[in-house]
Amino acid sequence: MSIGHALLGLLEGGPRHGYDLKRAYDERFGHDRPLHYGQVYSTLSRLLKNGFVSEAGVEAGDGPERKRYAITDAGVTDVERWLGTPEKPEPYLQNTLYAKVVLALLSGRSATEVLDAQRSAHLATMRGLTRRKSDGDLADQLICDFALFHLEADLRWLELTAARLDELAEEIAK
Amino acid sequence: MSLLVAQDLHKSFGRTRALEGAGLTIRAGEIVAVMGPSGSGKSTLLHCLAGILPPDSGTVTYRDRELTTMSDSARSELRRTEFGFVFQFGQLVPELTCLENVALPLRLSGVKRRDAERAAREWMARLEVDAVADQRPGETSGGQGQRVAVARALVTGPKVVFADEPTGALDSLNGERVMHLLTTAARETGAAVVLVTHEPRVAAYSDREVVVRDGRSRDVEFVR
Ligand SMILES: Nc1ncnc2c1ncn2[C@@H]1O[C@H](COP(=O)(O)OP(=O)(O)OP(=O)(O)O)[C@@H](O)[C@H]1O
Ligand SMILES: [Mg+2]
Repeated sequence: MSIGHALLGLLEGGPRHGYDLKRAYDERFGHDRPLHYGQVYSTLSRLLKNGFVSEAGVEAGDGPERKRYAITDAGVTDVERWLGTPEKPEPYLQNTLYAKVVLALLSGRSATEVLDAQRSAHLATMRGLTRRKSDGDLADQLICDFALFHLEADLRWLELTAARLDELAEEIAK
Repeated sequence: MSLLVAQDLHKSFGRTRALEGAGLTIRAGEIVAVMGPSGSGKSTLLHCLAGILPPDSGTVTYRDRELTTMSDSARSELRRTEFGFVFQFGQLVPELTCLENVALPLRLSGVKRRDAERAAREWMARLEVDAVADQRPGETSGGQGQRVAVARALVTGPKVVFADEPTGALDSLNGERVMHLLTTAARETGAAVVLVTHEPRVAAYSDREVVVRDGRSRDVEFVR
């Protein structure tokens, strides 16, 4: 899961403090693994260095947690590219895919496109495995089948999610 | 080189709009999976492509011939000689033996019984169902029945095979066997396949996929 991209995605809603960002992240994506403050600030300083966020005012008092961060145009482009690039098909992608779908919906982009691109990447990998299976011996077949069933499970989840996007959009908007 | 092109198809059943601007291009010899949620219009699209169902509007062109304006008899002739069909079940004639079922499309085209049955036997051997040649469809397993149906679809040397959930009623192992034999035979004979399926593992036998959603289809670029 790319924390940097998730934070950028959240910043598209408006500038926030590091503390705010952590809370927003944990609430949406941190179900069983909330972020450490250290992770938030090291990620933000990397984003700052890369020009994907800029400082948007400092409140009275000191300490890094007082700074507000805003996403830059380069940051928006980077989120855009991340959402548009399917993940390398492999098991246990749910966290990243879920975050992409939610962030696409939050920012008014097309979540359907994220899902379609991912389906297409998954199927391309599955085709390769299917061909290897046809040419291989039984051991090859069994190994490929293992991967195929796992990728299929991902895809079923994608289809189910695609069918419930409207519902999800409503829930997220709350 | 496109073989079959559908453009801007619309089809309603009463108030249900099954197709709302679906389109699709099938090139010679390619295997295309048609995917999408239940009720999205996949079967309707397949039926329109195959000339089984007339669309309300839009065009279906097979090698420069427009299916939608053809006479009924010309269209059935085209279906019989150029297309093959495999459905989920219920397509074999229960009173005939499996061999007679496979030979039937050739008999309907006027091929002599002996020649038709010789060709049918060859196809049944390729699909590994020669052992059930003299049994009736009701006396075979689901997997054997589907392979008999595939043999029947291929016996006339079609240019396009339309398959709607051909493995829908089979377990994984039998489904895979049907898909392996169907796609191998199609590749060997150069037949294109339009494969409607819910199952990603079945779609993985295709060259590319088309996604249908709410009666619209979306071509996904050819990836190999
Ligand atoms: N003969 C018919 N009469 C009335 N409505 C129909 C008929 N055929 C299809 N429909 C309707 O048209 C829509 C599209 O149906 P279609 O069978 O093409 O979907 P599908 O994608 O093949 O679904 P499934 O995956 O469940 O087979 C559905 O709402 C269906 O109820
Ligand atoms: Mg259907």
